[in-house]
Amino acid sequence: MTQTKLDLLQGTLDLMVLQTLASMGALHGYGIARRIEQVSGDEVLLNQGTIYASLVRLQQRNWIAAEWGTSDNNRKAKYYSITKDGRGQLAKDAAYWRRLTSVMGRVLSASAGEEM
Amino acid sequence: MNLQEIFGRVRSFLHKPERDRELDAEMQAHFEIAIEENVRRGMSEQEARRQALIRFGGVERAKEEQRASRGLPGLDVLLQDLRYTLRTLKRDPMFSIIAVLILALGIGANIAVFSVVNAILLRPLPFHEPERLVWIAPADANGLSASTYSADAYDDLLTMNKSYEDVTAYFAFSTPDNFKLTGHGDPKPITGISVAQNFFSTLGVTPELGRSFRKEESVKGGPAVVMLSHAFWMRQFGGDRGMIGKPITLDNSPVTVVGVLPDTFDFGAVFSPGTKVDILVPVVMDEVRPWGNTLALIGRLKPGVSVAQAQAEAKVLFPKFYWSKKVPDTVGGYTARPYELKQYVSGKLRRSLIVLWCAVGMILLIVCVNLSNLLLARAAARNKEFALRSALGAGRGRLVRQLLTESMVLAGMGAVLGLGLAFAITSYLAHQGSLALPLLSSVRVDGAALAWTLGISVGAAVLFGLLPGLKMSGSNLQEALKDSGQGVSDGRSHERLRSALVISEVALACVLLVGAGLLLRSFMRVLDVDLGFQPSTAAAIKIDYDDGGKTEKRDAILQEMIRRVSAIPGVEMAGVSDNLPLERNRGWGGPRAKGKTYKDSEVPGAFVYIVSPGYVKAMGMRLRGRDFGWADDMKGESTVILNEKAANFVAPGEDIIGKTVMINQKEVKVIGVVADVHETNVEGTAGEQMYLPTMRDEWGPSGAELVVRSKVPPEQLAGSVMRTLREMNPNQAAVEFRPIQGIVNRAVSPRRFFVLLVGSFAGLGLFLASLGIYGVISYSVTRRTQEIGIRMALGASAGRVQAGVIVKTLQLAAMGIIVGVLASMVVANMIASLLFGTAPTDPATFLAMVVVLAGVAALAGYIPARRASRINPMVALRNN
Repeated sequence: MTQTKLDLLQGTLDLMVLQTLASMGALHGYGIARRIEQVSGDEVLLNQGTIYASLVRLQQRNWIAAEWGTSDNNRKAKYYSITKDGRGQLAKDAAYWRRLTSVMGRVLSASAGEEM
Repeated sequence: MNLQEIFGRVRSFLHKPERDRELDAEMQAHFEIAIEENVRRGMSEQEARRQALIRFGGVERAKEEQRASRGLPGLDVLLQDLRYTLRTLKRDPMFSIIAVLILALGIGANIAVFSVVNAILLRPLPFHEPERLVWIAPADANGLSASTYSADAYDDLLTMNKSYEDVTAYFAFSTPDNFKLTGHGDPKPITGISVAQNFFSTLGVTPELGRSFRKEESVKGGPAVVMLSHAFWMRQFGGDRGMIGKPITLDNSPVTVVGVLPDTFDFGAVFSPGTKVDILVPVVMDEVRPWGNTLALIGRLKPGVSVAQAQAEAKVLFPKFYWSKKVPDTVGGYTARPYELKQYVSGKLRRSLIVLWCAVGMILLIVCVNLSNLLLARAAARNKEFALRSALGAGRGRLVRQLLTESMVLAGMGAVLGLGLAFAITSYLAHQGSLALPLLSSVRVDGAALAWTLGISVGAAVLFGLLPGLKMSGSNLQEALKDSGQGVSDGRSHERLRSALVISEVALACVLLVGAGLLLRSFMRVLDVDLGFQPSTAAAIKIDYDDGGKTEKRDAILQEMIRRVSAIPGVEMAGVSDNLPLERNRGWGGPRAKGKTYKDSEVPGAFVYIVSPGYVKAMGMRLRGRDFGWADDMKGESTVILNEKAANFVAPGEDIIGKTVMINQKEVKVIGVVADVHETNVEGTAGEQMYLPTMRDEWGPSGAELVVRSKVPPEQLAGSVMRTLREMNPNQAAVEFRPIQGIVNRAVSPRRFFVLLVGSFAGLGLFLASLGIYGVISYSVTRRTQEIGIRMALGASAGRVQAGVIVKTLQLAAMGIIVGVLASMVVANMIASLLFGTAPTDPATFLAMVVVLAGVAALAGYIPARRASRINPMVALRNN
């Protein structure tokens, strides 16, 4: 596992978590993981366990908040919600990703064109 | 990482168990919710659980990842390593104790020496901007007498120079116990130095209490004032702050205390190593003006003026000064070459201290090699443990890290113990008042020493831990796991490495031993120096008498005193001199042949001793001609005793006894010639000396030391001599009865100090090297138990086995000695300037040290050899 790949994955997952919480409101870890799987159309094969490293990191950066609560089925679970700082960070990261993907898209299609 | 996250991580790190519980609960909830959902979607209970687990991925790994992203992973690993290390060290207490003790010795010695070097060489002098202070003396000054100037010269320097912000001076010829304090119990001898009124302002020393001297206090008839040293103020007056402004009685007259000096100012430590100074009084310039060269000069350069500029100025300026303005032809006798005060104070010791520093560094190196060796021996035993850990997934880096942690822990414990040792040594040294090393009283383990400790400990840990670490972690996994550890051939490279370490250890010890041997031999040569007098069984005591300034009365008092003291049983001879050799010096213009004209610069100065009859013999000096008699007084002709050097100058190749010479423009008859006395130092050569009788008006003595030569150890006479002196003068101060040998010992004390230290380092090095040899040989015997058993079963005798082991030991030692001797030759050349009467290639020293080293090596090998020869073949062979 090289360092750059890890960083990219990490950043990606963090962004997905922030986005999920921003659109869905408070969720527990399993809920976040399921939501990401569903939205991605199961394209992201996520080991659900890895979500917890991301959650604790975001929490310590004060981008999300956590609170123990009770689920619909009356189970105790830790619920996460996005903070004001988190929304700011999300906006920044999302803008960055959009720029990056559009640039990457342009670069890739340009080189594909030359080859043909 | 922002600050908030760092705090978050630290908090998580500190609350690990709590966070772990919380994570467990959260994951537990995760599974329950997931299983429930799966069941709702129609899976069986079992399948639902299976799916949930699959989707989750590795539980432990997820936990580990979460821990890593919330806490301080590096520190976690470190703590793990530390816990593991402590467990390992506890499991092998003998090894741990030996390792820590060896390290403590090595590190402690290094801290102590660093503290000494720091105090004497590295730390700036305890004055304000000390780098601008210069010592003003002729370029070739030898001893104080040759480096002092007259009051007239000092005055001219003050008015004519352009380089200095200020120039100050102190009276260079004060003797210990030169004042008598009365009114506080028995009359008490105390030591005072007279300094110019601007002394403290020039050095930048502010009194702790009160003030320093004023101008009007350094003129004739001015108010009599005194400043107390901090130590004396505490000792004598209990630190009474009310002393300022109060009078004390010195030499029977009242003197006002105007100030107390700060604790950090120790006159003796800087200017006169090995002596303590109790009080400081102002020099009255007009009083010392007629006494000639009495002032030692210290200048503070103006900002921006370099030492070279001051030297250039001095070259032009000093020849314009007068010895005395009353005698116009005394102009032109002076030269000066100012240089940094720090250089004056500690420059001579620079080389010795650096040698000492290197020696102690070598000890640390030997310690490291030794530890490396011990760790390697352990490595063999721990091979399997490491193979197992690496089979379980520990990377090579992690294993090296673990081993380095172990080294660090050992070094850390050694450093703590070593610091304790260093504290003990430095506080002992700081109180060695009689050791004539400058600034010694300020030796202490300070911040710099602590930083040094940290540096050398970490350095040592890396040095001794890295090699075994790499070796161990790099070993072949499978082989290690399979290896039964009892084979004959395995561990060959291991043993080679250890042998190489032992060889280098022996080589280092050899260098230390040869260096120490050369220094020791030099020291013995110094002790053998013919001083020109016999220090043993003689002692001196400073005497008081009141002659009212009359020579005749003084004669009567001294004659009676010497008569009474000589009558004490056990006393062989007694005599009085105002100066003693190796102490205070006074120089005058030397004797000249009568009727011959000299240029002033041609006549060397001579050391002057104003003595009574009997002194020359009481000191054990070798005399040709005759000693003074009481009849050599004002009624008779003026007489003198010269030393060989002075006699040779005046009348080379002739017998001078009975001839007349000129001293201070007066005709004086030479009645005797004595062998040269080492008046300034033990190691240098003697200058011209003249001995003049106390009984003549023209040479007034300043002070008086009664020298007693006895048939019994001098300390036994102290009581009776003091009683006799008190009978004659009830005011006689309770001064020390000092063995002359003590004066000589003090003069050679720096050399003794260095020899002692380098010698003990060499001893330590030898011990460590023998330990290393023992370790390696003993280990190889253990490993080869079976092989030896087979050999013995096949008929090898016990003696043969024993010889084999010893030969192997000596082979190792021989290689070490060869390398060591070669290195020693280089080192010996580097310390050649520290040797005295000993060539750096001195074959006797080299031979002796090689024999010592080989002998110790043989001894270290003998113990395991004996063990090898006692191996019972039956037991050895059965025992696999």
